[in-house]
Amino acid sequence: MNKTENNKAWFLVLPVFVLVAFSAVIPLMTVVNYSVQDIFDQNNAYFVGAEWFREVLRDPRLHDSLLRQFIYSFAVLAIEIPLGIGVALMMPTKGRMASLCLILLAIPLLIPWNVVGTIWQIFGRGDIGLFGAALNGLGIDYNYASNPADAWATVLLIDVWHWTSLVALLCYSGLRAIPEAFYQAAEIDRASKWAVFRYIQLPRLKSVLVIGVLLRFMDSFMIYTEPFVLTGGGPGNSTTFLSQTLTKMAVGQFDLGPAAAFSLVYFLIVLLVSWLFFTTITHMDKAK
Amino acid sequence: MAEIHLKSLAHSYFPNPATSADYAIREMDHVWHQGGAYALLGPSGCGKSTLLNIISGLLQPSEGEVLFDKVRVNEMPPKERNIAQVFQFPVVYDSMTVYDNLAFPLRNAKVPEARVRAKVNEVAEILELHEVLHNKARNLSADEKQKVSMGRGLVRDDVSAILFDEPLTVIDPHLKWKLRRKLKQIHEQFNITMIYVTHDQLEASTFADKIAVMYGGQIVQFGTPRELFESPNHTFVGFFIGSPGMNLIEVRRSEGGVSFDDIQIPLSDELNAYLADIPSYNLKIGIRPEFVHVWDKPVDDAYATELISHEDLGTHKILTLRLGNQSIKARLDEDRELPEGKVYISFPQQWVKLYVDEFLIEERS
Amino acid sequence: MSLTLENVTRVVDGVPFIADANITFEPGSFNVLLGRTLAGKTSLMRLMAGLDKPTSGRILMDGGDVTGVPVQQRNISMVYQQFINYPSMTVRENIASPLRLAKMPESQIEKRVRETAAMLHIEPYLDRHPLALSGGQQQRTAMARALVKDAGLILFDEPLVNLDYKLREELRFEMRELFKERRSIAVYATTEPHEALALGGTTTLLHEGRIVQSGPVNTVYSTPVDITAAELFSEPPINLIRGRVSDTEVTFDEYAHFPLNQDLRTLAPGEYWFGVRPSHVGLVPHNDDDLELSTLVELAEISGSETFMHVRNEHFGLVLQLSGVHEYHTDTAIKVYLPTHKLFVFGMDGKLIQAPVKRVRG
Repeated sequence: MNKTENNKAWFLVLPVFVLVAFSAVIPLMTVVNYSVQDIFDQNNAYFVGAEWFREVLRDPRLHDSLLRQFIYSFAVLAIEIPLGIGVALMMPTKGRMASLCLILLAIPLLIPWNVVGTIWQIFGRGDIGLFGAALNGLGIDYNYASNPADAWATVLLIDVWHWTSLVALLCYSGLRAIPEAFYQAAEIDRASKWAVFRYIQLPRLKSVLVIGVLLRFMDSFMIYTEPFVLTGGGPGNSTTFLSQTLTKMAVGQFDLGPAAAFSLVYFLIVLLVSWLFFTTITHMDKAK
Repeated sequence: MAEIHLKSLAHSYFPNPATSADYAIREMDHVWHQGGAYALLGPSGCGKSTLLNIISGLLQPSEGEVLFDKVRVNEMPPKERNIAQVFQFPVVYDSMTVYDNLAFPLRNAKVPEARVRAKVNEVAEILELHEVLHNKARNLSADEKQKVSMGRGLVRDDVSAILFDEPLTVIDPHLKWKLRRKLKQIHEQFNITMIYVTHDQLEASTFADKIAVMYGGQIVQFGTPRELFESPNHTFVGFFIGSPGMNLIEVRRSEGGVSFDDIQIPLSDELNAYLADIPSYNLKIGIRPEFVHVWDKPVDDAYATELISHEDLGTHKILTLRLGNQSIKARLDEDRELPEGKVYISFPQQWVKLYVDEFLIEERS
Repeated sequence: MSLTLENVTRVVDGVPFIADANITFEPGSFNVLLGRTLAGKTSLMRLMAGLDKPTSGRILMDGGDVTGVPVQQRNISMVYQQFINYPSMTVRENIASPLRLAKMPESQIEKRVRETAAMLHIEPYLDRHPLALSGGQQQRTAMARALVKDAGLILFDEPLVNLDYKLREELRFEMRELFKERRSIAVYATTEPHEALALGGTTTLLHEGRIVQSGPVNTVYSTPVDITAAELFSEPPINLIRGRVSDTEVTFDEYAHFPLNQDLRTLAPGEYWFGVRPSHVGLVPHNDDDLELSTLVELAEISGSETFMHVRNEHFGLVLQLSGVHEYHTDTAIKVYLPTHKLFVFGMDGKLIQAPVKRVRG
């Protein structure tokens, strides 16, 4: 309402439009183009309509990895969100300890995906890895390379190790924004610790949690590097998620048409789930 | 129900306070009686919020004792002190309804639900919240939210005092007086000790039967609004209460009274006798603009002054006059015309107050 | 410089913010915009500044059309409610910043900064940062920044509202002094009638986006054009009682009667609204023709040196503004006296029919 009207402002936004066009819109259009044609070489391309889509949607590999993908993303959220909130709640609020905790939390976020994968690939090995050797030493039969359950657990663990910090940091900043008066009022009202969490902290963390859940969902839904580095998607296909299935199709078999159709389906799923989630949350906010 | 006694209380935010400047609260002894309506009035930074936090238990005083009904509560956390507090910015539990907000302190104390219902309905009726009782608290207006946070204190039978920390800051001006009236009414109905912290003299005087004026970490006067207006104990009270504040003029001793810039102000025999005995040179006289007599022509005891400027405030005018080298403000009623040329003023002796080292010298009469 | 608004209207998303504003501000004048929250004061100021474009109408400066000229190209200063300064600059740099933007030579800048700081009593703080200062000093810094360049138009949007009342008193007094000598137009928005009176100059009453009345402050105060104007320019609000005029007397709500006096004799028989200022109702009669009313006290609000008493009987409520401290408990029965020769008379349409004749006691 109180904005200055100045049409020149549009010129300032122009570079962003150009950038987005080159980085997102044009590649996306290329993918759309591929997904409806059968391409043999530069001069031999045939329009096939929705054929690739039909093929992809009937492909059991897609069904399997989609299911795995959903279970995986769900598990990531189910662990990282409560854990992140818990860590944020336990963090000291001020002083040198607070800064130290913040730095420690930030470290995993600075490490690139493939490095994280490599670290754990070695760390988890039964022969030379500290983690794997320790587990085996305790009499637990652990081998991520041969046991699908172990492989799953390790990939999950990597994600939790890598990304819980993000949720914790988001929640920490959300908690710091709650005015002191709320805690004082709760204390005067003799609220229990749980009541303080349930009625003061949680409602006020909602907006950062929406961001946290969205980021972690989208990111985990596109997971590629870690399982690729760790197990290459195995044993069997047990840790082959959507993006890896896609890569195998596009790069491994060079099925560009189905791969493009797959990409679009994939993209639409992420978009749909995020949109559903976002509208449900904002809708709940508006309801009286 | 409780009487709150602050015994030799002092507080410093520093571990080893050396000078009095290190203290946020300087040593004081003060009693808030059971059932009273009090205000703690002072400018920002005078220590009033510190004092409030010490009473509620959010802060432990570094020296002295806080006694509730003669029992030391220094180490007692807020929840055991049975004190409710209304903050400057409304604190409501956003995700709950108004009903659940009011029920919250009772449910925390495991009060049976039937009793909760009765109590919440009773308090909602008094606060005129019954129409919004089942709305979510976050959708309320600021004044309704403040009523909810007050209501959470009122539902409890065991609350001995309610503390208000500038509760009307975020309330629209035209709703302020309604809420002030509500507060007053509730005080009369509930017989709970209430302490209201504010920097606004209107809020303080309207709400409280007695006002403690704080300045520089000390309570400089504790009295009724009338006492604060008519005989301010300290020059700061004279300046701070009233709009404009008291005229305060530095003076020297002279024959039969005091003087400044060759202007003689006679004082009563009692004050003259008193003045003869004191060593201090920090003397001031004070007179309120409301009590300065303004004449159009010379009369006995009147001083000739020059009119520097005037403000016409509709209901009255405030004249700024020069007497000697001092500027003096005087109030002129609406139906009096601005005098032309010289303005003559006189100071009725009963309203001329003498201050030694900033504190009032009281006359016994 | 002079500033004229011609039929200025601003509509945002179908909601009228400003409706058909016509007004001229003379060079060197001090103008107060008085109105409640959301009356359109800020909207009007933004139009004057060029921050917003009017939906229709023209804005003229010195006779030249400046409608649509952006704020950067007009010579304007503005002071806001919030204390807005550059936090990383010292007070000196803050005050100098408009001059630097105007490319004034460095030697002159220092001189101007000193003068302006002296005027606003912030010389001792020139090397401090704004956030290390008290609220009053921060706002003085913001004002200094507005005053340091010779802006043709200086806009103040409720600049004192976030300060405590003692500081307000002080700054208000200084503002009047500061603007005595200047050639620029000052426009000052406030919600408080008291502030408008204290500042003097010209007062423009705004209500729901419309200019209700404009003129010298005393004229607007003593002869409001209608009930809205009277209510806006009266704190506490003016008392309004419905009454019937017959050939010989006035009747309030079928309850209290008094004979028509000299001032009211000209009224045609019929229904009217009678207004009386809170300060004119008293606890003791001032004149023989005062109307005595029995009432109960609702609340006595004491503001240090004044008392606002809210009283009512079964017919109507009244507010009294009394000098000094009067302590009454709620529901005390008291008699109040209404001066029948100090009544404002409004028609049933709200328009002023007559204002009380001023009688000055010598």
